[in-house]
Amino acid sequence: MTTKPVLLESREISKSFGSFLANDSINFDILEGEIHGLLGENGAGKSTFVKMVYGLLEPSNGTFYWNGKKIIIGRPQEARNFGIGMVFQHFTLFPTLTVIENIQLSLNDNFATHELRDTINKKSAEFGITVDPDIYIRDLSVGEQQRVEILRCLLQNPKLLIMDEPTSVLTPQESEQLFSVLKKLSETGCSILFISHKLKEIKKITQRATILRRGCVVSTVETADVSTEQLAKMMVGSNPQIVKPKTAKKSSAILVRISGLNRPADNPFATALDNISLNVKAGEIIGIAGIAGNGQSELMEVLSGEWRSTETIDIFDVLGTDIRNYSPHKRRLLGIGFLPEERHGHSAVINMKLTENTLLTNHNNPVIQKNNIVKNENLEKLTTNIIDKYDVRTPFQNPQASSLSGGNLQKFVVGREIIKKPRVLFVAQPTWGVDIGATKFIRNALIDLANDGCGIIVISQDLEELFELADNICVLFRGKLSESKPLQELSSQKIGMLMGGEDLHSESKGH
Amino acid sequence: MIDALVLTILMTSVPLILAATGELVVERSGVLNLGLEGMMLMGAVSAFALTYVSGSLLVGLLAGIMSGCLTAAIFGFFVLGLATNQVATGLALTIFGTGLSGLIGSDFVGKAIEGLPTVFPETLSNMPFIGVFFALDAIAYLSIFISFLVWIFLFKSKYGLILRACGISHNSAHSLGYKVLTVRWCSILFGGMMAGLAGAYLPLMLTPHWSEGMTSGRGWIALALVVFASWMPSRIVYGAILFGAITIMQLAGQARGWTIPPQFLSSLPYIATIFVLVLISSKGTAKYLAPSDLTRPFISSK
Repeated sequence: MTTKPVLLESREISKSFGSFLANDSINFDILEGEIHGLLGENGAGKSTFVKMVYGLLEPSNGTFYWNGKKIIIGRPQEARNFGIGMVFQHFTLFPTLTVIENIQLSLNDNFATHELRDTINKKSAEFGITVDPDIYIRDLSVGEQQRVEILRCLLQNPKLLIMDEPTSVLTPQESEQLFSVLKKLSETGCSILFISHKLKEIKKITQRATILRRGCVVSTVETADVSTEQLAKMMVGSNPQIVKPKTAKKSSAILVRISGLNRPADNPFATALDNISLNVKAGEIIGIAGIAGNGQSELMEVLSGEWRSTETIDIFDVLGTDIRNYSPHKRRLLGIGFLPEERHGHSAVINMKLTENTLLTNHNNPVIQKNNIVKNENLEKLTTNIIDKYDVRTPFQNPQASSLSGGNLQKFVVGREIIKKPRVLFVAQPTWGVDIGATKFIRNALIDLANDGCGIIVISQDLEELFELADNICVLFRGKLSESKPLQELSSQKIGMLMGGEDLHSESKGH
Repeated sequence: MIDALVLTILMTSVPLILAATGELVVERSGVLNLGLEGMMLMGAVSAFALTYVSGSLLVGLLAGIMSGCLTAAIFGFFVLGLATNQVATGLALTIFGTGLSGLIGSDFVGKAIEGLPTVFPETLSNMPFIGVFFALDAIAYLSIFISFLVWIFLFKSKYGLILRACGISHNSAHSLGYKVLTVRWCSILFGGMMAGLAGAYLPLMLTPHWSEGMTSGRGWIALALVVFASWMPSRIVYGAILFGAITIMQLAGQARGWTIPPQFLSSLPYIATIFVLVLISSKGTAKYLAPSDLTRPFISSK
């Protein structure tokens, strides 16, 4: 197995963005003709790493070796000259250009159009990927678009093909087709770096896999020798310690009742929500786990009222009121708080001052506003309260939201919701990209709120976070929500497998 | 009589072709420069002043092109260097160009120069029917030629493909390793040179004198023309002749006391543009659509 020569070697490769270390001394190698998996949760640093291999990011430290020789990959053109091709997770195609024009753009050499058309047809026949060269990209399905992405890499006769989460947008059938193309390609001697968080795929298609967690290599394994459970455990880590004990009394009062929630997909990249049912009791925190892109943002929009429907949702009651048709504003009046995932531009307006951001969710408060006149003094007082109570560190008095660091802005928006003492709170990724201190602070604040009897739904990709916060956990996979289970009955391996699409089908058959 | 009318229409369309072709390249790369009117005025006043002072039309033309380019560079510094809002910056550029050209040109009001000569001998231009097509100046023929070259560049060359790619998705173009900002800088400067040349054509040929604000809205018509032409160079030529004809009809109509209000005629180019916009947004192939990253600033990270 390991008699094959090494093609690409990564030695101590690190990448930091400001004080955030996205990749920490990555060491592993890819052999010639090997399909090598790169496994990790979202935010583990997989994409950062491959962007450095493709010359889109510059490593802060470390060296790449190509066939044993030290190389510096400054630009994608240079990567392509070495024979490195990349298929991006978010396609880099141009919808209003034709297939042939898109392919021309990724070739370093200048081809005559008719010559290129012949070459495309020859290559697509060789690998069984049929695409009409003269069609516009926007007229193709997502699976077909990916074929164009792959085809344009194949035309460069790559020695290493990087596939960044290639199956995340494909149907199971399209994935099967992709796998057979990749197998055929590796038989011709091309190495493939296959990035995924889906355990089954890694098991199925790769010979070896390197597991990343929080920017570090956990291990490189021969995939035939490990079980999916072992892979899951390496990917998500062990069960962590609880931040602060929950003391909320068990209550039977149901605050939120959702049943038969469906939402069709708005565009090819959206996920349809499929018959979601969920109840939240007073004092309870429900954790919704899952890998990004399985319907989290769609679900959050339904919870906040940014997307509403009385036709495709059977029941959506909060505090006994049918809120299916309630705007976000009306929902706030009812005592519901929201915290969307994206703090820049979604939960906060970054070009506004903190007082103005406070006003945005508090303008119905009679202390702040009377007869449509804002009482600036009280608004400032409330803002200062949030800043003091939630330990928001500001560079100066009342700055713009954009001048706060990610963690501090997140503490501010969390505080802004919690200080209103909502009876129900919906949050997505409350500690995404936030440093450890602020993370602990935010989680404790959420637990305090639940202890006061608030019902909370936390949508998060961070399993550690859900283990610290949630009473019950369910997993969102391809728009379906698994049954919610008490924390005690679940291990991180089990959830990791549900997140990777394992078991879910056999489980749902049981009901 | 008819010959004279056709000649005027053709000459009126020349600055429209030049300015709109330049703006088309800028927009195809993903930048909207609403400062066309301002750049044209700067080109016009520089061309007139330098021609008057030096006595050389060539010096005047070059001055017009250079000052259009310089004015565009100010725009580029803001929208590319500082990622400012393109609409606001473009409007500011027009106001700036209008004011500064008026200031520079105040000494030249009422002075006269010799206009551009025609290219072909009078025997050709005096021929019946087709003679009018030989009665034009070098810039007029050049404008058609440039429009053809731009078409070749945009749709037949790899660099043109890269330029269009930057306008459709700057993130994708960046991911493939293309320098989006460099591409946009080149387009903006080219657009400025074309606007400067278009401006220079006004005092050197169309009306051989300088008066303040002498572009009288031609920059805005050229902007509408780019949309009207659905970002295709050849359609700019047809559109410019059509818009030129509307402009001349308006003047001729006023002289003859037509009952159609001139305000209606002067709004026709814009009505036609809206009509085209409705048409291409309801159907039409991808080729004719607006560049999807138009007006979106690109900020790269490394």
